[in-house]
Amino acid sequence: MSEQITNILLVGVGGQGILLASEILSETFMLAGFDVKKSEIHGMSQRGGSVVSHVRYGKEVFSPIVPEGEGDILFGFELMETSRYLSLLKPEGAVIVNDLRIPPPSVLMGQVAYPDGLADQIRNRFPDFLLVDGQKLATEAGNPRAANTVLLGAVSKRLDVAEEFWIKALEKMVPAKALEINRKAFIMGRAL
Amino acid sequence: MKEILSGNEAIARGAYEAGCRVACAYPGTPSTEILENVVNYNEINSSWAPNEKVALEVAIGASFGGGRALCTMKHVGVNVAADPLFTLSYTGVNAGLVLVVADDPEMHSSQNEQDSRNYAKFAKVPMLEPSNSQECKAFTRLAFELSEQYDTPVLLRSTTRISHSKSIVQLEEPVTGLPEPRLIRNASKLVMLPGNARVRHPLVEERISKLSKDGATMAINRLEMRDSAIGIITSGVCYQYVREVLPTASILKLGMVHPLPHDLIREFAAKVKALYVVEELDPFIEEQIKAMGISVIGKQIMSICGELTPERIQKAFASIGVATAPAVAQPEESPAKLPPRPPNMCPGCPHRGVFYTLNQLKAYVTGDIGCYTLGFMPPLSAMDTCVCMGASVGMATGVTKVVSSEEQKKVVGVIGDSTFLHTGINGLMDMVYNQSPATLIILDNSITAMTGRQDNPASGYTLMDDPSHRIDLPLLCKAVGVKHIRVINPFDLEETRRILQEEMNRPEPSVIITDKPCVLIKREGVFEKGIVLEVSEDTCTGCRACLKIGCPAIEWRPEGEGSKKGKAYIDPFLCTGCDVCSQLCKFNAIRRSK
Ligand SMILES: Cc1ncc(C[n+]2csc(CCOP(=O)(O)OP(=O)(O)O)c2C)c(N)n1
Repeated sequence: MSEQITNILLVGVGGQGILLASEILSETFMLAGFDVKKSEIHGMSQRGGSVVSHVRYGKEVFSPIVPEGEGDILFGFELMETSRYLSLLKPEGAVIVNDLRIPPPSVLMGQVAYPDGLADQIRNRFPDFLLVDGQKLATEAGNPRAANTVLLGAVSKRLDVAEEFWIKALEKMVPAKALEINRKAFIMGRAL
Repeated sequence: MKEILSGNEAIARGAYEAGCRVACAYPGTPSTEILENVVNYNEINSSWAPNEKVALEVAIGASFGGGRALCTMKHVGVNVAADPLFTLSYTGVNAGLVLVVADDPEMHSSQNEQDSRNYAKFAKVPMLEPSNSQECKAFTRLAFELSEQYDTPVLLRSTTRISHSKSIVQLEEPVTGLPEPRLIRNASKLVMLPGNARVRHPLVEERISKLSKDGATMAINRLEMRDSAIGIITSGVCYQYVREVLPTASILKLGMVHPLPHDLIREFAAKVKALYVVEELDPFIEEQIKAMGISVIGKQIMSICGELTPERIQKAFASIGVATAPAVAQPEESPAKLPPRPPNMCPGCPHRGVFYTLNQLKAYVTGDIGCYTLGFMPPLSAMDTCVCMGASVGMATGVTKVVSSEEQKKVVGVIGDSTFLHTGINGLMDMVYNQSPATLIILDNSITAMTGRQDNPASGYTLMDDPSHRIDLPLLCKAVGVKHIRVINPFDLEETRRILQEEMNRPEPSVIITDKPCVLIKREGVFEKGIVLEVSEDTCTGCRACLKIGCPAIEWRPEGEGSKKGKAYIDPFLCTGCDVCSQLCKFNAIRRSK
């Protein structure tokens, strides 16, 4: 095992299931024998605010938060929130983002428009970029609500952790009745 | 067995392993999940108290009765519980008593960032500070032991980054063979009359000196000698940041932050060339080291305000040439300014219509703390003050004491059910007793919503999910002496406005209580989604009146790119059918869907 720490950031909107996804990631890394730390801020963020969760793994992890500019993977649940946190990434970092726009209050109120062309802007800055239609693939897997799991599958492909650990973590963290669909969604994402 | 636990889950586990019998708390971020996890251990009697003072008093009683007791709260909770805490320091304990205090540097969800370590010094009790989840568990166990060994309550300090970070924890079996609780009479120790207290105070001073001396050999205070050029004294999450940023530095890691182990600090200072303290918030350790006559650098390079992060620590040490400056990612092009995404009241929240009406009536709102504090945000923009829990009531009375009788009519206090029972009720007694003309609105949504839906004495259930007496708020207000009590449906804007106007005009104390539940309550039969509303595209004139309530389910959709014209749209998945928006539509364009 190398001394290297891998840093993953999960960003999106409160209520999108970011915490569960980051728990599944952490569980996977622990099962694979790594030291893991994860951190996020709950509280006010629950009411539709912006949310960031940090997950770090390696031989020995000290800080639970990823130092700015050290992120290896930005796992985005929403486009605008993904743009907001790009500075957390290394220049050669990867961005994997769900093709989803959730309007913030000022857009709902018609004061400003939801920014255009975010995906292209991100791709220009971070060539290692994957835009995933999570809802569509999850619907194919059997339930549009498994979109996060499709994305998780896509993230998993970039990490050096065997598939069995991911599946074991899913089995532990996902309720039994939703497991089959989530397993399918995960495999679909992993094939992207 | 290993598990990934948050600091809060690990503290709960530590209490269980320590044979804790009673756990009592009032919720508050970032401490809330401790009790929400303790309740899963059937061996522990867990409960929510109406406020932190009561929570600590329940724990004190349990300890006096010989059962190990845990009490948890957020930093500002200690202000409320300070009265029993300071004298508990004199009585000491029978069985171990641990008070967990969760600080919130950076104020991620708090109204101030007071540093609780000052309370340890002020109340003359020891304080432990863990730096990861494993230590959260181990230090909780140890805190119970130290409490009994030194006959003192023990404070355990966490911070948001410790409470809400997860790391790997090794689980152990609970201790066995603790004495059975029973009534223990020891009046000279437990009745703090002046004569008895005078005997106790010198013992408190001896205890703290002994702890300071013993601290030098406690395993939780640890010397880590590496390069002797830099010596850093640190604790809590800052220890982790220092390991990350300055991997070759020598460290004195303090597990006990009060009292400080003076001998160990002298020994460490003598071994290193330059001495630094890395601590969040106040220069608590730094000032004490300086008072020992040792020169040390701390707040001179790191801020007292906000939390520390790896970057901030690296920048601080770079500023004096001890570390390289962090590589800041330079954006290729300046990123487009993105609209912010602040938190908002949920669709269907019963608070929304009340704030809309208060705004319309140009009320002067003395506010309070809860989800309804979001009534401050535009477009509702109907809150003028917010200081601490319960303060809305006293402040409303106070304002009416000084302004003209015309302006008095504008003054309305607004408070949630949990906050009212926490410390608002005393304010209401004063409002009646001293005949303030102010109006108080109690937003009773049957839950403590802000901190994540905890039950309270007005919700009818306990933390252990047992049905319980539900306080009758109108009857309570009546008992206090309020003559004008109106219960309203906050989804009915006409009624809300009419009654508010009547009570605001009345030159006597009055209370208005809303009685619709929080939409997040999962318990069956409490909140039920109504018939979803929809906008008729043909009838909508695009007047934007419905946007004035800031409901996340209503979206303005422009006709084309950049067009000023457009129509409202209601998201059927988010809408709960509360029907407030349709009352704002003069054109009858918002209707119940079929
Ligand atoms: C002394 C103190 N304890 C705890 C908190 C944390 N806290 C903030 S608001 C709140 C309760 C809110 O409940 P309620 O008044 O019922 O309003 P709701 O959020 O349900 O609208 C709590 C516990 C605090 N800010 N101060």
